[in-house]
Amino acid sequence: MDHSKIWLTIIQALLFAISAPLFVGITRWVKCQLQNRTAPSVWQPYWSLNKLFHKEVLTATTTSILFRIVPFLVFSITLVIAATIPLFIINATGSTFADVIVIIGLFALIRFLLALAGMDTGTAFGGMGASREMFVSSIAEPAMAMALFAVAMMAGSTNLANIISHLTTYNLYFSPSLILAAFGMVLVALAETGRIPVDNPTAHLELTMIHEAMILEYSGRYLALIEWSSAIKLMLYAALINNIFFPWGIAHDLIWDDVGIGICAFFCKMVVLAVALGFAEVSLAKLRLFRVPNLLGVAFIFGLLAVLIQIIGIN
Amino acid sequence: MVTTLISIFTIFVLLTAFVFIMQDRIHNMINTFIWQSSLLAAATFLTALNTGKMELYISATLTIVLKAIIIPYLLRRLVIKLNIRHKVAAIKYPFLLLIGAASLVFFCYQLIVPTNNIIAISMAVMLLGMLLLITHHKAVSHIIGFMSMENGIFLAVLLGAQGMPMAVELGVAFDVLIATVLFGVFFFQLRKNIDSLDVDRLNLLREDVE
Repeated sequence: MDHSKIWLTIIQALLFAISAPLFVGITRWVKCQLQNRTAPSVWQPYWSLNKLFHKEVLTATTTSILFRIVPFLVFSITLVIAATIPLFIINATGSTFADVIVIIGLFALIRFLLALAGMDTGTAFGGMGASREMFVSSIAEPAMAMALFAVAMMAGSTNLANIISHLTTYNLYFSPSLILAAFGMVLVALAETGRIPVDNPTAHLELTMIHEAMILEYSGRYLALIEWSSAIKLMLYAALINNIFFPWGIAHDLIWDDVGIGICAFFCKMVVLAVALGFAEVSLAKLRLFRVPNLLGVAFIFGLLAVLIQIIGIN
Repeated sequence: MVTTLISIFTIFVLLTAFVFIMQDRIHNMINTFIWQSSLLAAATFLTALNTGKMELYISATLTIVLKAIIIPYLLRRLVIKLNIRHKVAAIKYPFLLLIGAASLVFFCYQLIVPTNNIIAISMAVMLLGMLLLITHHKAVSHIIGFMSMENGIFLAVLLGAQGMPMAVELGVAFDVLIATVLFGVFFFQLRKNIDSLDVDRLNLLREDVE
């Protein structure tokens, strides 16, 4: 195996981890501007993470060893996903095992670990958050699988690199199933990353919170790791949407010119998506918890229709 | 390029039809209707550019003036007058409804396999409007369902045969406008008689045969 490609995969994952807080920062900045508030700098998430890393760690006496290892596990699994998803180059080493089913599974593993840690504290909030997270993801996961299967059927492969390189051959190509899958995927991404119609990312001590309730007992560097990995997770979903449904400018192989264009295109698309997310969060209201299945039901039906249209076979 | 854009707009019209079905607030429904009509007008305008037919430009203008401005305005006024702006019309079985909608779209696709998939989509928009008429209980959502069906038919004709003859189109446009006004009168009567806009309660009016 080519050594430069291994390095490329590592650099890709690290670049991803480093730029993830910036993505969150841009989204927050857009939201503040739209709500006429004084916006914090887009670098604020870095300073918050830095502050948390230097804080003292306090853990509840009822927690076990599981509670302390979960943040490290979650962070490392997130990094593994970041290494496998093609970001600005398709044929990196990591993308040889970037199977969509594996990626869905790894996301599920993160949620499972976080839910265990939430229940481990034994507080009411932890258990409630864990059960809600599982409730939402049990509906979101099949919807995501459907949307990804639709594109996998188009490409005839479940490997993400193959899918993306197949989709780049169409330039602004019209396919009903692709558009339906894209909408389904966006709805799922909003639910899975705990953004506004489903969960409020800025919630702190609200009865309606989902993700934040689960990690309420974490502090210090553990909290920093979890916050960082949820920032990376947000950006991972954004990258999936970008690269599958708008794969413009992505580099195929390690040719420096293409890689340069790929990096520029990738970051431009990311900024556009961050701004769009900010707009969406300001203009939407949070749904009641028992209305969330309806939203995700729509996502699932869109995915299902995308697959069915693919089966009938007129593109 | 233009054909691709028309197809993308068509898909978006289908998505708005899905939004209608899952929406339970009248206010949002009217907003979605404005979106649907604007997308339809955009598709008409692009077809006009593609074919160079003068009628289609007129038809696009008519769509945007009537369906995206006047009819939504009339509906809004009606909703304010009836004082139901913040009313929520609960949908009884949302998942069942969604599966029904999906199977309708699937049915349309199965039916139209040999020809063209944008025709299938416009037919699906029509059938989804019908589903809305059947499943929603409030009278105001029925107007939206009716208009959505009309939009579906318009889209099918536009994509299948590059628009209707001008005379037919003008006739339909004024019919739809008059229908909206008549619906308004009908709603006031309905509320006067059964004190509600829930059409299911019309069943109470029948005489029991014993």
